Amino acid sequence: MLTIHNLHAGIEGKEILNGINLEIKPGEVHAIMGPNGSGKSTLASVLAGRKDFEVTEGSVEFFGKDLLGMPPEKRAGEGLFLAFQYPVEIPGLSTTNFIKTAVNEIRKYRGEEPMDALAFLKLMKEQMAMMDIDQSLLSRSLNEGFSGGEKKRNEIFQMAMLKPKLAILDETDSGLDIDAIRIVANGVNKLRSKDNAVLVVTHYQRLLDYIIPDFVHVLYNGRIVRSGSKKLALELEEKGYDFIKNEIDVSEEVNQ
Amino acid sequence: MNTIEYFKERFDLLQSVHKDSGLDIIRQKAFNTFNKMGIPTTRHEEWKYTRISGLFNKEYQFPVTQTATSLSQKDLDAVRLPGHEQASELFFINGLFSFPLSVVRSEALVVMPLEEAAKNEYKNIVSKNFGHSSNYLKDGINALNTAFVQGAVFIHVKKGQIPEHPIYIYNITDARSGNILSQPRSLMYISENAQVQMVETYTTIGLEESFTNQVMEIIVEKDARVEYYKIQNDASHTNQVSTTHIRQVGKSYTHTVTISLNGGIVRNNLNVVLDAEYCEAHLYGLYFQQGQSHIDNHTVVDNVKPNCFSNELYKGIIDDNATGVFNGKIFVQPQAQKTNAYQSNKNVLLSDTASVNSKPQLEIFANDVKCSHGCTVGRLNEEGLFYLQSRGISEKIARSLLLHAFAVDILEHIKPEPIRKYVDKLISERLEFDIT
Repeated sequence: MLTIHNLHAGIEGKEILNGINLEIKPGEVHAIMGPNGSGKSTLASVLAGRKDFEVTEGSVEFFGKDLLGMPPEKRAGEGLFLAFQYPVEIPGLSTTNFIKTAVNEIRKYRGEEPMDALAFLKLMKEQMAMMDIDQSLLSRSLNEGFSGGEKKRNEIFQMAMLKPKLAILDETDSGLDIDAIRIVANGVNKLRSKDNAVLVVTHYQRLLDYIIPDFVHVLYNGRIVRSGSKKLALELEEKGYDFIKNEIDVSEEVNQ
Repeated sequence: MNTIEYFKERFDLLQSVHKDSGLDIIRQKAFNTFNKMGIPTTRHEEWKYTRISGLFNKEYQFPVTQTATSLSQKDLDAVRLPGHEQASELFFINGLFSFPLSVVRSEALVVMPLEEAAKNEYKNIVSKNFGHSSNYLKDGINALNTAFVQGAVFIHVKKGQIPEHPIYIYNITDARSGNILSQPRSLMYISENAQVQMVETYTTIGLEESFTNQVMEIIVEKDARVEYYKIQNDASHTNQVSTTHIRQVGKSYTHTVTISLNGGIVRNNLNVVLDAEYCEAHLYGLYFQQGQSHIDNHTVVDNVKPNCFSNELYKGIIDDNATGVFNGKIFVQPQAQKTNAYQSNKNVLLSDTASVNSKPQLEIFANDVKCSHGCTVGRLNEEGLFYLQSRGISEKIARSLLLHAFAVDILEHIKPEPIRKYVDKLISERLEFDIT
């Protein structure tokens, strides 16, 4: 589904991703963990097509197509979704109008007819109930005045409406209490199938108690320095990131 | 013939044709002022960014007497606003009020020629209030309107009455066979406990140029309430100076929304004089300009008496080579303690060649007041754009959604629903995307 090969990227001449290699297949859940500043959010942003970052080397293929050559909306059309770490507030744009436009734009991209109003409303109500979102949020401006938890639930609600093939969750657990984490994880798990995949970017292990990963990768200084199973996440939780840092820094010194 | 000489000739004609109108002394005084000051140039502090003197290098036809219009019913119907079936409709053709075309559909309203009101039982109201705007607008262009006042209208909202539907005022310029200068003038008196909604538009028919120099003066009495909506969407070869001067003489409420979508050079003067305690005024504006158009909003809120509240929000979207000017003055006179006055101007520039000059001015002479002002000029929110695009929305539609969202908090202050929908539709058409 997604093949990242030797990806280098940075911002304003400063390199942040330093040769990432990663392969994600349908049905898999991958977690990317790492200390602050390791490049986790940059990776998520580069995959979704944020303009601020410049890719200097490497390639990313999504179902065999060159992902990096596409504008963000095409990536979404192809089935990629990024749940934002900091969802943007847009006063004056109602959540309903936003979702309706997004759903129909993606349908248009895929050569499908716009969704009829009744079916859309029904789907929206179902997904809101699943994410425990109050109906009053629909007529409110997108994310404006939402609490941290409401914003994150709104992200997963959007994901449920857009049904992506690959969902990237960028620190979706940050700022959430344990009940909110459970709701968010539950939403993500309901959308899992053998045909789609999830990439969870997180600093802490706790979200992975609810969204069980098949693979855990540790990002440090812009590279994946360790990959393993769910156990790796637990090990990190127990020992902290320092043990990885020390290991890597020592081996780099030896190599020099 | 230079401009002043031309106006002199027209003025003499007017004074001889309409000798006993009861307004000839006022006109003479104003003409003397005009004669002295001329058309304001950019050397005039209040006209620094808006150059209208160049518009007077060309010749205009300037009707001073009413003649039957040759506009067809179809022409007139095209100008009508949604909801016109119920509204009271007032027509100005080339600056002169047209009784045959106008329809008053409410018992709460009295509409008559200003010349008549100046002589009958409204005499005192007229003499006390007519020309009050010239205390605030000390320039030749305001004087020019007063010097040629003729075919003006007096509108009276009766005490304690509320017309069920708004008044629609259509300013039509017939520029099919030459450049036209038109100078509509009106005086409106909203009595105690009365309420009224007004919507005003400007339309030029024909391809020649038009210059509209309008003055409307409104008096709001105790416990009265006025809503005033100005919609400017005339062609690019039309220019105007549009003055709305509101004086709240009793504890009262004013709500204005000025929507400017097109035109050549458009200058608005909106003055609100809070001349009684506990007055409240809300001033909203949205300008969305493209091409070469120039929009200038000069507003004044004058707090004359204590305990008044005013809130002002103007938002602008400027594209292509268009220019915007915002100049918002708040005066707090020495006796106007406990004034609350807020002002904000926010602009989005969509091109490298678009520009805006924003100038908030607070002049406070009292010591126990709360006043604030702020202004922003920026580009469209890139982070918002990326957020929408990441949900599959094309960049073009994402931009439209964000600009519409920017406009919404002005649009929602247009209270008559057919008018709000109408303006929303104009904006959606401009954005080439209809969210509904």
